[in-house]
Amino acid sequence: MKIGVLAVQGAVSEHIRHLEHCGVEAVSVKSRESLNKANGLIIPGGESTTIGKLIEIFGLADLIRERNRQGSLAVFGTCAGMVLVAQNIFDGIKEQPRLGLMDITVQRNAFGRQKESFETDLDFKSFNSPLTAVFIRAPIIEKAGPAVETLAELPEGVVAARQGSLLATSFHPELTDDLRIHQFFINICREL
Amino acid sequence: MKEQGTFRVKKGMAQMQKGGVIMDVTTDEQARIAEKAGAVAVMALERVPSDIRAAGGVARMADPEMIMRIMDTVTIPVMAKVRIGHFAEAQILEELGVDYIDESEVLTPADEEFHINKHLFKVPFVCGARDLGEALRRISEGAAMIRTKGEPGTGNVVEAVRHMRKVMDQVRQVISKADDELVVLARDLGVSLELLQEVRSAGRLPVVNFAAGGIASPADASLMMQLGSDGIFVGSGIFKSEKPQLVAEAIVKATLHYDDPKVLAEVSRKLGDAMPGLEMSTLTAADRMQERGI
Repeated sequence: MKIGVLAVQGAVSEHIRHLEHCGVEAVSVKSRESLNKANGLIIPGGESTTIGKLIEIFGLADLIRERNRQGSLAVFGTCAGMVLVAQNIFDGIKEQPRLGLMDITVQRNAFGRQKESFETDLDFKSFNSPLTAVFIRAPIIEKAGPAVETLAELPEGVVAARQGSLLATSFHPELTDDLRIHQFFINICREL
Repeated sequence: MKEQGTFRVKKGMAQMQKGGVIMDVTTDEQARIAEKAGAVAVMALERVPSDIRAAGGVARMADPEMIMRIMDTVTIPVMAKVRIGHFAEAQILEELGVDYIDESEVLTPADEEFHINKHLFKVPFVCGARDLGEALRRISEGAAMIRTKGEPGTGNVVEAVRHMRKVMDQVRQVISKADDELVVLARDLGVSLELLQEVRSAGRLPVVNFAAGGIASPADASLMMQLGSDGIFVGSGIFKSEKPQLVAEAIVKATLHYDDPKVLAEVSRKLGDAMPGLEMSTLTAADRMQERGI
């Protein structure tokens, strides 16, 4: 089992460290070759406009879409990664680049600017205790299609969801020592 | 319960900028170009460092009106600079809602002894450093991100290289120190033992460390990344060049593929004239910004 972390920009090393602590092989994905070796792909937090633009330019976006649709690649988007996997984006820049895989509508920067960023305890479906979730200029899921399962929510809206081999969280599980979300994604990869 | 402005949230914001390029902009039009080119954030200021250098006089925080216009224009984070020690300017920027504050030696220092107590703010701060001691002193004051000082506005990368190499070299020394030696080093650097222990166990600075000061080409960005930078600030290098849009895009690509000479060769072509640079020996001691706020 190999899980890739999209290494274009953002919290790459943090995800790699968590995957290694979970006992799976983590690969840093910058090229189509390295992407082809992975069973799953984490799209980390960062700036969605930057990551989205660069994965188109360097030919990664098509391969991610193609392999996910074929069912050979599970994809987990955190924060900016959630924006990138979404089919619809509110408040994006004009022609905001996206992968458009998951049947969700996402609001960017839904909690406000950086000074409003926060951490909080959060109940996550199937976990027997809350986790500490770190939200940084985080997006939120405004609307979701019937195939999307809600995994966690705050009063403002849905902050974690799954649709088959797609997982998305508004928050950053790579910024705490809790490995449960990564383990949850690894299990999705194993089901492929 | 929601807890805002924790150190983890502030430091995490900088972690999300890693591998990216933060660009100095002075107008909303420039901010739009930067966002389109793939910048991870923009630094809103009234003059780029090379113009501050040329203008002389006292350089202060930018006009809030202009910062807000840029905040309304782009969706990426907006940073702005305050003078070293000028906590009132920082309070104003926090109120405006800027995403990051640079307590910067590029502006004229307001306090020759004390930096801002950055723990008191919800908004995160980035500060410049020339060596490990400066970096850790800023972190102990609450900085959530560090950058090299370099020599701003010169288009000359030599000082940023010096500062990055120095920090990396000192981190390697810390890693090899025994407990009793670390105590002495903490005293020599004027930093806490706890922070040095943190550096030793992590094998790096406890916060993200960017390169800044004199970066003017894709090759400069690659050089700094290969020396261990987590990302790149470009000040005058973009909008003082002949073809800002092209240079901005090229530096973004070079920062991503910093270790791939094939991509670097491709993106370095046909960029027009880079900003005119300054040789360090032409600067008098009073011209050097990096000695401000140590």
